[in-house]
Amino acid sequence: MSELKVPTMAEMMASGQQPDVLFWVGCAGSFDDRAKKITRAFVKILNEAGINFAVLGTEESCSGDPAKRAGNEFLFQMQAMGNIQVLNAYEIKSIVTTCPHCFNTLKNEYPELGGNYEVKHHSTFLQELINDGKITIEGGTFKGQKITFHDPCYLGRANDVYEAPRSLIEKLDAELVEMKRCKSNGLCCGAGGAQMFKEAEKGDKEINVERTEEALESKPDIVATGCPFCMTMMTDGVKIKEKETEVKVYDLAELIAKANDL
Amino acid sequence: MNISIIAFIVLVVVSLGLFAKNVRTIIRNIKLGRGLDRNDNKGERFSLMAKVAFGQSKMQARPVVGILHFVVYAGFIIINIEVLEIVLDGLLGKHRLFSPLGSIYTFLISSFEILALLVLTACVIFLIRRNVLRIKRFHSKEMTTWPKSDANLILITEVLLMSAFILMNAADAQLQNLGSSHYTPVGDFPISGMLVGSLSGLSETTLIGMERGLWWFHIVGIFAFLNYLPYSKHFHILLAFPNVFYSKLHPTGQLPNMEAVKKEVELMFDPNADPYAAPPEPVGEPERFGAKDVTDLTWKQLMDAYTCTECGRCTDVCPANQTGKALSPRKILMDTRDRLVEVGKGIDKKGKDFNDNKSLLRDYITEEEVLACTTCNACTEACPVNNDPLSVIVDLRRFLIMEESKAPAEWTGMLTNIENNGAPWQFAQADRLKWKDE
Repeated sequence: MSELKVPTMAEMMASGQQPDVLFWVGCAGSFDDRAKKITRAFVKILNEAGINFAVLGTEESCSGDPAKRAGNEFLFQMQAMGNIQVLNAYEIKSIVTTCPHCFNTLKNEYPELGGNYEVKHHSTFLQELINDGKITIEGGTFKGQKITFHDPCYLGRANDVYEAPRSLIEKLDAELVEMKRCKSNGLCCGAGGAQMFKEAEKGDKEINVERTEEALESKPDIVATGCPFCMTMMTDGVKIKEKETEVKVYDLAELIAKANDL
Repeated sequence: MNISIIAFIVLVVVSLGLFAKNVRTIIRNIKLGRGLDRNDNKGERFSLMAKVAFGQSKMQARPVVGILHFVVYAGFIIINIEVLEIVLDGLLGKHRLFSPLGSIYTFLISSFEILALLVLTACVIFLIRRNVLRIKRFHSKEMTTWPKSDANLILITEVLLMSAFILMNAADAQLQNLGSSHYTPVGDFPISGMLVGSLSGLSETTLIGMERGLWWFHIVGIFAFLNYLPYSKHFHILLAFPNVFYSKLHPTGQLPNMEAVKKEVELMFDPNADPYAAPPEPVGEPERFGAKDVTDLTWKQLMDAYTCTECGRCTDVCPANQTGKALSPRKILMDTRDRLVEVGKGIDKKGKDFNDNKSLLRDYITEEEVLACTTCNACTEACPVNNDPLSVIVDLRRFLIMEESKAPAEWTGMLTNIENNGAPWQFAQADRLKWKDE
């Protein structure tokens, strides 16, 4: 396994350097086994493109999104102000994250609390790397494969990012197939609003099963997403529908890393 | 002054007076909500209102209904220009006061008739959709009893008003044919003209009775309908405009940060704060964290409730509702309105400090509904009048957790983890970079 270059802010600071962008890994990206693969894939791309980045490492803490959406505003603001202290101390200007929940919270809810940064979701960041010629995608791996994109709510509806993920898929020479409900009409995977952390309320179906069925209707080879929680929900959904051998669920960063044999 | 002019003046004064009184009550009720400043970015707000309220842009997400609804909306507004003539005729004891306009008059009334027929057709289609095709979202649990009758009553009233307008013109035309003295010859109009033939057997007296009867039915109907609005979901025809104007403008995903909490947390983070200092004297009664009852919501959330037209597009796209959970965003706002009306009536009877020991949470909305939301914003995206049921759900959650410490056990665990180790799962913060070497 290739060695990842992951400088921390503390190390950067010690050697008098400042990164161009901070990679906010997020809790899922740090601890969830499946999401860690996304984190690694994204770092491989950053390394390949020679991006001057850093992570907070052990100084990073939950953005507070699940606390806020569950209703605990105190805990959210405690988390937010703690994080803002760290980010401001390091004079962070620009942040990229692989989690749309962290993205939304940092971008939209931190400014009022004193945290003003340019925050990007990794789909936008990757698109810019391609546009600037910092990475080129080697087609071939996914040529002719059908890929459908599941819009994470906190990326799409919440922040109007619909095109960046799709343009990445098109760059893979793959065939982008849309689900019946996509973009602003996209159906939630069921994990938002802190639902990730509890059983669903009583109903007649799990939301991720409903969404997976819709994804499968588009007959994809791959379900792509850009959120670690959607990843969990869609992966579980595909397993429940016993399609895990035919249909794979990948994050956008993983698709690009795979296409470039990283 | 003849008796019909007096009757007409009484009708106008009473119905406008009653309407004004009911509107004042609604404004008073909306103002029971907490303060919120939505007077920024006026330019953006006006253009949003032009697009979403006047232009009905969000209705067009479902084009067939969107167009039909636009027909009813535009038709109803334009046809109401005719009401001006009717009112002036009524007050002055004239008939077709504007007819000296000649060909312009013919053009106007002809257009009104065509629109009236379109409105009538659209309303019949709407009635069929609701009652024969039984579109699913019109038959969910919150759409029984009054909400169901309300929708049908509105449509039937519009059908009757439009029919009366056209039939009245037909009788009028036949009276002109008979050379009846009071009936200014203005000629046939396109829709009523087709019906004139079928009235040929009727005597002048019958026709006059019919024309007068329909004239009174039409205008009394319009004033009655006006007074029906404050009790109905149809109030959206008025509130849609201010409601869109005062929409949330910041990105959809942003949930407001609570100011009261911010002050306390800032104090905790302030290294210069004196931990032993006496807390500042509270100004007024301390506000609840989150919402238990309608008075804990903002005036905008209460305005949302009065603007809700119960179309159910929110519920139709809600992932929780679609998978059989108890949550329906439409019901959240309908409950908010019902409770607000109840509180308003209580205040009318017993004064400002009225307390019936009931609340929006639990007496109207259950915890189960509140907990089922994924905060995905599909409801706010779908709402044609920019309502925000999600904000109400979050405020109810805030009350449950911050005032009652009430959360599902898994959430309590998740929150404790965030508090203790900075992640929703039980992993040590020191292990946050382990993924690097795996």
